[in-house]
Amino acid sequence: MSLLMDRAGDRLSLSRSSPQAASLRRIWGMMYRHLALYRRSWPRLLELAYWPVLQMCIWGFTATYMATRMGTSFALAGGVLLGGVLLWEVALRSQMGVAVSFLEELWSRNLGHVFVSPLRPWELVAALIGMSMIRMLTGVLPAILLAWLLYAFNLFALGPIVVLFFANLMIMGWWVALGVVSLILRHGAGAEALAWSVLFGLTPFSAVFYPVAVLPWFLQPVALALPASHVFEGMRAAMLTGVIRWDHLAWAIGLNVAWTIAAAAVFAGQFKAARRRGALLSIGE
Amino acid sequence: MLSEVAARCQISNLSPVSIGGDRFTPYSPGMEAIRVEALTKRYGEMLAVDAISFAVPRGTTVGLLGGNGAGKTTTIAMLLGILIPSSGSIRILGHDMATDRFSALPRMNFSSPYIALPAKLSVAENLRVYGHLYDVSRLEARIRELSDELGLAAFIDRPAGQLSAGQKTRVALAKALINRPEVLLLDEPTASLDPDTGDFMRTRLEQYRDETGCTILLASHNMAEVERLCSQVLMLKLGRVVDRGSPHDLLSRYGREDLEEVFLDIARDRGAALRETVA
Repeated sequence: MSLLMDRAGDRLSLSRSSPQAASLRRIWGMMYRHLALYRRSWPRLLELAYWPVLQMCIWGFTATYMATRMGTSFALAGGVLLGGVLLWEVALRSQMGVAVSFLEELWSRNLGHVFVSPLRPWELVAALIGMSMIRMLTGVLPAILLAWLLYAFNLFALGPIVVLFFANLMIMGWWVALGVVSLILRHGAGAEALAWSVLFGLTPFSAVFYPVAVLPWFLQPVALALPASHVFEGMRAAMLTGVIRWDHLAWAIGLNVAWTIAAAAVFAGQFKAARRRGALLSIGE
Repeated sequence: MLSEVAARCQISNLSPVSIGGDRFTPYSPGMEAIRVEALTKRYGEMLAVDAISFAVPRGTTVGLLGGNGAGKTTTIAMLLGILIPSSGSIRILGHDMATDRFSALPRMNFSSPYIALPAKLSVAENLRVYGHLYDVSRLEARIRELSDELGLAAFIDRPAGQLSAGQKTRVALAKALINRPEVLLLDEPTASLDPDTGDFMRTRLEQYRDETGCTILLASHNMAEVERLCSQVLMLKLGRVVDRGSPHDLLSRYGREDLEEVFLDIARDRGAALRETVA
């Protein structure tokens, strides 16, 4: 029997919460850690919205200019372009939200404390995903608002299907980020540049601004293996023809499930390998 | 009787250490907070920890002494579950750390000056984060209590990165005590502290241990600290336990005045000759 008592005589050392409640509290603890960081760091907050808003301005004015030169047919294409920019930011911000939040732990050299606490690896991932959602909404919502104010482009005019587009692109961002975190666990801070660049590298194959059919035949299977290309094909169909392509959505969901399982397996393997090498104490160099 | 108790406490082929101080008490498995058997860590060809075995009875403080690269930090990392051993087993509070570490971790904690707390977060925010991770009940009251006991009030709202080394060490101790651990692993907790702050830390650790019955495993280079806090000492060299015993036993065995001289004897391979001479 533990001798650990507080001043009122209650045992405090052992948890009184149910396992589920304790787990949720640990996830919240890690999210609180990042929220407290943002509260104290306005440059970090600014950075969240800076790039999506900048992208929206650049592509929005480009589309406006092209529409004035080429007429109404390009106005429709401009809308597709803006939809692509906004939705691709959802994937980018979701991926960076997970990867950069993990890097914050690495930069503060705090991983040693985190991983000797009762926090399970999947709880850390859940907290990173929670932060990713907050970061993505903080970054993308101002850009969506700006698109509506400046260019009268309303992404939500597509209807509830937008939520499914959002969800699939967020999930894609998360599994890509899980892969990036795995590489950081394997190679240390040397791999941190991937947190910003890896999804940009997938942009040409994700059919963000053009259909998969435009790609050379040997790249088309690569594109079709990515959930994003199905989401963007679906978005273009909805915007240009008003038809909801459920087949593309089904492919996106299925591919996301498969890639998430693969990324989770890679993460679990790299986490165990890092524990075997002692990298969780020394990572960052 | 003594030989029977000692025989039951014997682990592997090593002499027993599972007896609190010089006082032999009846053995039962529940009395051990930590049991390590044939623990080995190998990095490729390099053997960092070489089949060490020991047990730490509940409520005692055991010191891990050894030079740089002796395997102290590696041993503590394996005890914490953050480093997977190459072979051997670890049981903490009855839980096998290879298969059931999440049952033990909420009842343990750890402090090291070499692992930072998030610098941008205030002291209170840091303690809140770890209070949540350890599922501490009545967390704000616990933070106030630690603030009073460890003198954190003057800087509780300052970012951890702006604190002096002494203040950071107090915060690290507060973090280590946030969940009222039953087992506390400390890796050089007073390294680079001035004598006054070092003494403050040692006093607080003694108080906590005496009040709660906490078990402490302490890796340190500070011989005076080890002599003061530890009832048993494991002397490590090149990943092996080369000697063990109470500070008093070690001093008399080597015929020395203080543990620093014993440390140097072992580090410079004079140990065996001296033990024979004294015998």
